[in-house]
Amino acid sequence: MSVLIYIDHSEGNIKKSSLEALSYGAALAKKLNTTAEAILLGTVKEGLDIAGRYGITKVYHAADQAYNNYDAQVLTKALLPTANNAEVIVFAQSALGDAIAPRLAAVLNAGLVSGAVALPETENGFVVKKSVFSGKAFAKVKINSGKKVITLKANSFGVKEREPANAEIINISAASSESKIKTIKIEKIEGEIPLTEAEIVVSGGRGLKGPENWYLITDLAHSLHGAIACSRPVADDGWRPHHEHVGQTGVQIAPNLYIAIGISGAIQHLGGVNRSKTIVVINKDAEAPFFKAADYGIVGDAFEVVPKLIEAVKKLKSEN
Amino acid sequence: MKILVAVSKAPDTTSKVSFKDGDTKFNEDGVQWIINPYDEWYSLVRAVELKEADPQTVIHLVTVGDASNDAILRKALALGGDEAIRINADASDSYNTAAQIAEVAKQGNYDLIFTGKETIDYNAMAVGSMIAGLLDLPYVSAVAKFDLQGNDAIAIHEIEGGEETVQITLPAVISSTKGMAKQRIPNMRGIMAARSKPIKVVEPIASDNLTEIVQYELPPAKESVKLIDANNVEELVRILHEDVKVI
Repeated sequence: MSVLIYIDHSEGNIKKSSLEALSYGAALAKKLNTTAEAILLGTVKEGLDIAGRYGITKVYHAADQAYNNYDAQVLTKALLPTANNAEVIVFAQSALGDAIAPRLAAVLNAGLVSGAVALPETENGFVVKKSVFSGKAFAKVKINSGKKVITLKANSFGVKEREPANAEIINISAASSESKIKTIKIEKIEGEIPLTEAEIVVSGGRGLKGPENWYLITDLAHSLHGAIACSRPVADDGWRPHHEHVGQTGVQIAPNLYIAIGISGAIQHLGGVNRSKTIVVINKDAEAPFFKAADYGIVGDAFEVVPKLIEAVKKLKSEN
Repeated sequence: MKILVAVSKAPDTTSKVSFKDGDTKFNEDGVQWIINPYDEWYSLVRAVELKEADPQTVIHLVTVGDASNDAILRKALALGGDEAIRINADASDSYNTAAQIAEVAKQGNYDLIFTGKETIDYNAMAVGSMIAGLLDLPYVSAVAKFDLQGNDAIAIHEIEGGEETVQITLPAVISSTKGMAKQRIPNMRGIMAARSKPIKVVEPIASDNLTEIVQYELPPAKESVKLIDANNVEELVRILHEDVKVI
């Protein structure tokens, strides 16, 4: 019984979060003394043998374009015969992974842990640590069923390349079933890095006084090759779209660097960002609660500090 | 149109998160319980809006839990649900919760089943997807806009770095997120009407808890912040580049 990792893809590219899931699944397989295998439904541009670099021995591939669409019902059915032979099935948390993994778990009667942040402990049962209370705490969850499904929280394990090796590709023809979901259109925000995959996130709050001042956030983010985000009041007031809202009821992120500008740091906001590895807070109010959760802080006016910061970052980038 | 809205109680977003009994149980002392925001603000209010557009629409509410959940069911009825069903079972495992709701859904013959994207306490994002799996229905998660179009539904849902518009053949399961509707406060008429609306209590079907929480942990305390002078941003850039190595 192997560990099976689901490879998610978008526009022909394997998602970075899935490379992390492959790395995690391979490490788990090693711990369980079994093999790590992967499955990809749909079509991608890259050769799948690269999965070997992350410790995967076999990749099952159903190269049918019908599987490129978002339809958890069809994809779960296609996944089922392969998943039946696995002990643990690993997904990256993503729009699609979150839709398929619980469904597969229910159909397999497998216990599910979603949002895992570490490798399972196997000394005393099968125990997986996950983030709960929207980032304010962790829970160790014991899975008591024979089969197990895990979704991995982004940026919690890291992409780990091993020795160069090629995975064996096994073409499968999964029986396709009728789709009850038709894609009408997909709109992506051009040029921006998806929040959950970003290593650097620059975020703005009401301290920026209005949407016309958002160039401060976007310019700094672009100079750092980071993604942009905002606090809840900013999204509620329509200054920025809802999908940029990070916090307890928005997107939860764990980048290497989170820079919060003009955000006071309400407990609900902290819940969504406190797994960030380094937090920098820029706020003119020295009493802002966010400073207590920050690694580095600047007490100052964003309109003066941020342009200087952008210059300093550009200078650094030009020297390196 | 017959709609089932799954609601769950959740600790208020300002609640202090702490644990007891050797960090094996959530400490409920002083915790205010609310309807999970995704269930209330988005799913339920959107269902109520659909009923306002078509008065033939019937809205049933369902929750899994003991009698301490009746207060949130009463509030959900005041917002516009027609009747509520409480399945008298423990909701600590997503699979068991979904299996119980799926059974109610099967018997009620619903056109639409709404769940929240996740509960704000255990963040499993699982119950909607599992119900859909158990009933073999289409499922769309994190829906930010939802409308009916004849026998189909049109939904806009969040994907990485954007959004996708899909057309769904009903019946279907939908998980809701921000954008789908605006928060409402129950009015006096709704509160009065809710008093006479039924809360039906049903016993659970045989099912398994496949998971259990064995230990909680709070995140490690942060070391105190290192403040950098506003006139010396170069020092911040140097630290981030040379010491922390994140840029």
